[in-house]
Amino acid sequence: MKRALLVLVCALAVLASFTAFAIDPLPFKDAAQRERFQHLTSQLRCMVCQNESLDASNADLAKDLRHQIFDMMQSGKSDAQIKQYLVARYSDFVLYDPPLKPATLLLWFGPAALVLAGGIVVIVLLRRRTKPTAQITATAAADATGDDW
Amino acid sequence: MNARLIPFAVFALLVVLFGVGIVWNEHHDARYVPSPLIGKAAPAFDLPRLETPSQHLRKADLLGKPYLINVFASWCFACGDEHPVLMAYAHRFGVPLIGYDYKDAPGDATAWLSQHGNPYAMVITDKQGQTAIDFGVYGAPETFLVDRQGVIRYKHIGPLTPEVIARELQPAIAKLNEVSR
Repeated sequence: MKRALLVLVCALAVLASFTAFAIDPLPFKDAAQRERFQHLTSQLRCMVCQNESLDASNADLAKDLRHQIFDMMQSGKSDAQIKQYLVARYSDFVLYDPPLKPATLLLWFGPAALVLAGGIVVIVLLRRRTKPTAQITATAAADATGDDW
Repeated sequence: MNARLIPFAVFALLVVLFGVGIVWNEHHDARYVPSPLIGKAAPAFDLPRLETPSQHLRKADLLGKPYLINVFASWCFACGDEHPVLMAYAHRFGVPLIGYDYKDAPGDATAWLSQHGNPYAMVITDKQGQTAIDFGVYGAPETFLVDRQGVIRYKHIGPLTPEVIARELQPAIAKLNEVSR
């Protein structure tokens, strides 16, 4: 019986270590820090898979970078400083939210400019169209008076 | 201009736009991200040599002459494609080629080099991958060209091919020599 219990405990311990490996545990100070970490890493791109965030990626480099970010947090670095650290090495591409600067002006304001340009075209066309329509209705009214039906 | 032509003009514009998009998507490498480190000082490093781990190679040791750093690993599939190219070209670059063994067991790298040949003037190892983060490495193989002042002048991500060497790397090396003359 004792031996069976021992086997069970060992099996549970092995299982626990498996799950621990799967979630890549980091010794956070408290829940708030863990939340901050998850929020920050979900805004950063994994350079290896590129369609995954650092938070979600299982790539080796993502693991290394998560540890690096964790260490920087422990040493009191701000989110902005950590982002700056990564941008200096991997370019703006690591940020899912592109910063506003000359090279990204088109990205930020392009869609709004397109909608604006489209709206102007529509308004101009509509204005142009109202005049001939007025004429048509005028002639139609004139026709109606002289017509039998 | 005839107002009736406006829709056709818009249509033609869209065709051109989508056409450019298709061609661009076929020809550019989505994984390629220009390194922000080009034109900046290479990060300082202090890494053990593969053959003699007690000896370290530091960035300061290499100042004064240009060199190439090639990030490779025995586990890296694309490095196997690149390796014969390095074997053929290493002595033609005119600058030393330093191997950077990335997150590899030293025994694996030694075995890999003795099996496939060693194109490197020297090999340094980064088992933890910490210095590689400073270099912005995210996909081995990667190749950096560093000038005599220790500034990164060129970077290639992915395997070097004879075409890339002829089109990009050799002109970049030639440019370094021009400046120094």
